[in-house]
Amino acid sequence: MIGDRRIRVSVNGTAYEVGVEPRTTLVDFLRADLGLTGTHVGCEHGVCGACTVLVDGLAVRSCLMLAVQADGSEITTVEGLEGPEGELHPIQEAFLEEHGLQCGFCTPGFLMATYEMLTDDPKPDEDEIMEVLGGQICRCTGYQGIRRAVDCAIDKLGGTRPADVFGAGGPEGPDAPDAPDADPVGADGAGEGSAR
Amino acid sequence: MKPAPLDHAAPTTVGEAVALLNDPEREAVALAGGQSLMPMLNLRLARPDLLVDLTRVEGLDHIRESAGWIEMGAMATKRAVERSSLVRERQPMWHEATLQIGHPQIRNRGTVGGSMAQADPAAEYPAAAVALGAEVRAVGPSGERTIPATEFFLGYLTTALAPGEILTEVRVPVIPPGRGWAFREVCRRHGDFAMAGTAVTVDLDASGRCTATRIALFGVGPVPARAVEAEKIVDGEAPGEEIFERAGRAAAGAIDEPLADVHASADYRRHLAAVLTGRALAQAATRAGRPEGS
Repeated sequence: MIGDRRIRVSVNGTAYEVGVEPRTTLVDFLRADLGLTGTHVGCEHGVCGACTVLVDGLAVRSCLMLAVQADGSEITTVEGLEGPEGELHPIQEAFLEEHGLQCGFCTPGFLMATYEMLTDDPKPDEDEIMEVLGGQICRCTGYQGIRRAVDCAIDKLGGTRPADVFGAGGPEGPDAPDAPDADPVGADGAGEGSAR
Repeated sequence: MKPAPLDHAAPTTVGEAVALLNDPEREAVALAGGQSLMPMLNLRLARPDLLVDLTRVEGLDHIRESAGWIEMGAMATKRAVERSSLVRERQPMWHEATLQIGHPQIRNRGTVGGSMAQADPAAEYPAAAVALGAEVRAVGPSGERTIPATEFFLGYLTTALAPGEILTEVRVPVIPPGRGWAFREVCRRHGDFAMAGTAVTVDLDASGRCTATRIALFGVGPVPARAVEAEKIVDGEAPGEEIFERAGRAAAGAIDEPLADVHASADYRRHLAAVLTGRALAQAATRAGRPEGS
């Protein structure tokens, strides 16, 4: 038995300092230790993309990263997309309106991959969109609804950075709190939603 | 919890990392971006005692030009390479190969050194490295050494890295003026591993004939391999469809025993290799003829 390691991470703006076993993947840490079950765990070998989250602003497979490797990072999960009153993010609204989901299992991954793409480039071209969506697997929709949802999200955002939709201080926004400065809370305080 | 119990160390210097990898008490494995090793851990195909995580080792993520080489630290991510204007302008084949690797979601973490050390037979970087005459730098207990890419890939997922050695840098020559290049592959979806692919460079001599042709095939055998016979067919000849198609067939014919799996039979891979190589030679020769537009 390998002892736990203390790690400090900021997830959706909330700072956590917790112990994790070194072999724990980031997705299992988010779901089991922090109770953030919005991130789904699918294939667990990097193929399906259901577990995609943002680590320091980059969309990554959270099944292909250990929680200990996230020490010091800022993480955004699908729970971090909602507004201060619990309202849906425009990207989520776009998926809803354009039937970008059916069973919803793959949706958190699609949302986070789209979020990074539109942060990077508010008007991505067709190739860029198809490449990013190609990194995520959906077994319900046939992808056409998802493809339309991305266009709809681009329109809804109208050039606004996804992080700035609910004002500065949203996930990955310029005023997002840094983990070391925020009050660390234990894993017991997890699942309370994001701090804003 | 998928991986078997393991310990994790995050050294900050190459020296520390090498010492950890050479711990006689524990089976240690170097962890780069994890896009190949993490699946193996999750599937328990690999069960090391210790992961030596190179993420926090300083001085391993550079991308720079030095004395005619593009030098990329082993921990430079593919996303960083993809976005490097230096790589795009000075070594466009390496840039093109990068765009064929996975998706942005994978390239955000996957590294240059990780791909080379993993040595997947269908991977893009190893083939580009062989075609371009790249070199690999490695550091072990007895110091640093440089290994040519053509001597680096020994077999399926097997490289010339000694146990306890860490790949620290990949150096690729800057593309010289007038050299044409092409990088082509076929896969089921963009970003998948190639069923077959080819990396080609062609120079044209003063009389407009092909010279110094290099062809490296991937996804068809256990390691990316030069198609030497096919190169000889092209060299000394004027560019032309017939000669390039013949060279493509020769390259494919020289594959000892093509890989075969659920995605593509051996025959199909051989067919792809022939066609892709012929087309790549034509594209490279065209680029060689008008370097400014390549």
